[in-house]
Amino acid sequence: MAAMERPFVEIDSVSMRYGGAEGTLALQDTTLAVRRGEFVAVVGPSGCGKSTLMKLVSGLWPSSAGSVVVAGQEVDRPLSVVGMAFQNPTLLPWRTILGNVMLPLEVVEPHRRRLRAERAAYEAKARGLLAMVGLAGFEKKFPYQLSGGMQQRASLCRALIHDPQLLMLDEPFGALDIFTREDLWAQLQEVCLTLKPTVILVTHDLKEAVFLADRVLVMSTRPGRILADRQVPFPRPRSLDDTYRQDFQDLVHELRDHINAARKGAEFADAA
Amino acid sequence: MPRDAAPPSQPATLAPHGSNTSALRRGDANARRVAAMAAAARRRRRLQTLLPWLVIAATFLLWEALVRGLQVDAFILPAPSAIAASMVQWWQPLLANAWQTLMTTLVGFGLAIVFGLALGVAIGSSTLLYHGLYPLLIGFNSVPKVAVVPILVIWFGIGTVPAIITAFLISFFPIVVNVATGIATVEPELRDVLRALGARPIDIIRKVGLPRAMPYFFASLKIAITVAFVGSILAETVGSNAGIGQLMLVASSRFDVPLVFAGLMVTAVMGVAMYAVAAAIEVRTTGWAMRGQAEQQVSGLPGG
Repeated sequence: MAAMERPFVEIDSVSMRYGGAEGTLALQDTTLAVRRGEFVAVVGPSGCGKSTLMKLVSGLWPSSAGSVVVAGQEVDRPLSVVGMAFQNPTLLPWRTILGNVMLPLEVVEPHRRRLRAERAAYEAKARGLLAMVGLAGFEKKFPYQLSGGMQQRASLCRALIHDPQLLMLDEPFGALDIFTREDLWAQLQEVCLTLKPTVILVTHDLKEAVFLADRVLVMSTRPGRILADRQVPFPRPRSLDDTYRQDFQDLVHELRDHINAARKGAEFADAA
Repeated sequence: MPRDAAPPSQPATLAPHGSNTSALRRGDANARRVAAMAAAARRRRRLQTLLPWLVIAATFLLWEALVRGLQVDAFILPAPSAIAASMVQWWQPLLANAWQTLMTTLVGFGLAIVFGLALGVAIGSSTLLYHGLYPLLIGFNSVPKVAVVPILVIWFGIGTVPAIITAFLISFFPIVVNVATGIATVEPELRDVLRALGARPIDIIRKVGLPRAMPYFFASLKIAITVAFVGSILAETVGSNAGIGQLMLVASSRFDVPLVFAGLMVTAVMGVAMYAVAAAIEVRTTGWAMRGQAEQQVSGLPGG
């Protein structure tokens, strides 16, 4: 694999320390590569530096050591090829759902320049994305008029509107109930099969990670390091029924063991 | 609110063992209850719009009754009827001077909006400016404006200009503080949404900071417009040859107390009217911050 094309995301021995030289080490010497079009899930116990990893790759924070390269470009500030969805929907309360989804177009080039002239086409695209996640007819509503799950879907559309090559999802379904969450897994899978972006998903839900990802990375407790790197062999599209199959459950249990070991602080030699 | 696009529930089919008719009856009772709640909400809203006028009318009646009953001298406290008579008698100078005061106030207020917004945005979005300018601003705001008017009169002479500047100085501060607060307290999560897209700081202020600060801004306008009247009338009483303040000064020097009160009434009416305009603009432009409470009160179904 290493001999083939250059990975789309390259994280090379990155460390992150908060609050100066004596501060907390959140992430230690992490190296990982993500191929173009790959869906990678990062799981781990809480406080393991998953979100720190997201902030580094999205360029929101600079790393203390090492380098992050996305699409052949060193990440030293936020890149516009990245679309990001957060744990909370973070919709702007003064904008309608449609206005919120179209927000990145007002910021990111080249859409920013074209938006005025091609407003109708862009609006149709936003409406198409909203319809894909079952939000047709809610375009003119304000965020407070929608439930948490609906807001999260709108936030997903906002992350996708500017055709990002890299989609960063930071526990996007963490605050939702299990039924809504499963609904959204299926919808996210459908969106990914259609648009084929590269995705990095941070989550603490192992079932979610196995259902959605091509590859699952397990991180240790602070300071975060990658303990295990596991391919998910199941073919797509996966259905929710698949999550009850024995081999699916076995994989979830295997990952769970890694996490339990990590939480006990045991050292693992089989880090891939 | 529908919960996450779920199909609408049908209460009639949920009744466990009840026959169709009893379920229907229950539905009827529910409909009646909802109708009754809506009617009650309508009645309350009618009362809400009527109540302020009733209170004002009652105040004037009580005032009139007390002055007549206790035979208070018009020189001490004129009855509302005497004030009204004075208003009719002096309507021309009252109107001309009220117009003068209204114009000076509005010009000063307009300047306060322009500079208040600009400085508020600057201070709110830059910690450096905030720390640098805030102490000076607070010190400046602590200076009693009465003490400033004589200086303004020395600089600009007796007339409209000192009144405009006083109205500006007094109404400028609440706008700056509120706009700065609105921008400085933008949630980091909202800022990150734009930062993650590679937005420039100016984009973040335009797309997040300013809209976020609008409810604060309009709240401050309601304060600013009322204190702007204080400023202009203050300057008119200290050093001017026109305006309601000057009219009241002249009237009191002639011991025409009903006319002084007539001036006060006119000022109060102008203040309330401008406040109402600011409040109306606030509701129209920042409805998102109120979450359409008015409509929900009537249409919202009772829980359970």
